Amino acid sequence: MLRLRPMLVVSLLLLSSGCSIQPWVKPYERDRLADPIMAWDRDAISSAYLDHIREAREGSRGATGSAGGGCGCN
Amino acid sequence: MRPTSRHWVRIAAVAALVLVRATSADVLPDDRADIFYSKYSGGGMDITGESATVRKKITEDLAVEANYFVDKVSGASVDVLSNASVIKDERKQKSGTVEYLHDKTTYTASFINSAERDYISNTTHFSLSQDMFGDLTTLTLGWSRTRDSVGENNGTAFVPKVTWLGHAESQSYNVGISQILTKNLIGGLDLEVITDDGYLANPYRSVRYLDPSNPKGYSLGSQIYPDTRTSTAVQGQAKYYLPYRAAVTGSYRYFHDTWGITASTFEVDYTHPIKNIWILEGRVRYYKQNSASFYSDLFPFYPSQNFMARDQDLASSENITLGAKVTYAFLPDGWKIFKRGTVTVDFSRIQFHYLDFRDIKDYTIPTYTAGNEPLYHFDANVFQLYISMFF
Repeated sequence: MLRLRPMLVVSLLLLSSGCSIQPWVKPYERDRLADPIMAWDRDAISSAYLDHIREAREGSRGATGSAGGGCGCN
Repeated sequence: MRPTSRHWVRIAAVAALVLVRATSADVLPDDRADIFYSKYSGGGMDITGESATVRKKITEDLAVEANYFVDKVSGASVDVLSNASVIKDERKQKSGTVEYLHDKTTYTASFINSAERDYISNTTHFSLSQDMFGDLTTLTLGWSRTRDSVGENNGTAFVPKVTWLGHAESQSYNVGISQILTKNLIGGLDLEVITDDGYLANPYRSVRYLDPSNPKGYSLGSQIYPDTRTSTAVQGQAKYYLPYRAAVTGSYRYFHDTWGITASTFEVDYTHPIKNIWILEGRVRYYKQNSASFYSDLFPFYPSQNFMARDQDLASSENITLGAKVTYAFLPDGWKIFKRGTVTVDFSRIQFHYLDFRDIKDYTIPTYTAGNEPLYHFDANVFQLYISMFF
């Protein structure tokens, strides 16, 4: 049991360091992603209107909400 | 125009979701006011829309938004025309949204009400959006519940006589992830499952079936829809910042539902700013679907099966959209309380082609034998004009 304890501590340390993912794109490298032209959807009302036009004439629906304007730039 | 109400309310909830995702970066976006005008013409329908939206931060971590939208519809689509019914209607939609930001999480709640003479719809929507992994990843979870009252106007546009046919309820579950991949590239993945229960048919549309006793060779009958539907849609997209300050977006969506419809959507957008004044945008979209399992353009007799439909949106079809959008900043550097003011013109042309839905509207005197009419197709123009003030 005494031999296992250090191994357990080392394993927990390794696991915890593995969990804390380091950002591979640093905040100061996100200036391009913060440009308004990189927003998934600049005008939500306009996009919703176009989606409406389509959904009323197509059989499919859903998952059109652009996957976030949140580039985590700010 | 009953089903369009259901679409609109659900899409308004999605717009609220997009809004919260746009905010999910530790700060809420700037205050904004929009005045919006739209016009759709195509397939015998003319729809004009007018809308006003105001978004205001109460504090740095609390924002509210209100939207009012009025749709005016005139004309009738081809399958409604085959039933000798012309629509002239107005729909009013009101929505309110509250957003609360706490640390790296944004909570959103919204309520949407849409009312026509023969269709009333209420939606409640909740979502949360969380930044994680050094703000490289944004995870969004959303849920909506919509309850509709479906009626049929047997009177005229001016003297309505509405019979209420039933209720429909739908719930939507959404998971989205937005991921920074490189300094120039972001990716997104969305999954949405929607379940419906209740009166799901359009009472103004009919099936047709072979009838030798009719000079046309066919007669019309009521549609028989299932009471339930579950659909799953997955969309993946990527946006890339080009070396000369422009952006290109590509997306693909796969859709499948329990009515047997499978669909694919491809879209490519290109965005090109010119200084701080203009933003030019172009897009191409292609869509294709197969028909629902209980759809037929012409049934052998009535009722020939448990469920029967001839709604054109359940037919096999494909369409292609070419669109352009120009945004001009008339206040690029702000003025008094305004940080920026823009005017945007957006135009899309959509070509619809149906693969098993035939054009029967013009043949009061039989020109074709039943089932041999030309396949239906039409072009639609979608125009949008809006002024946005940021403050």
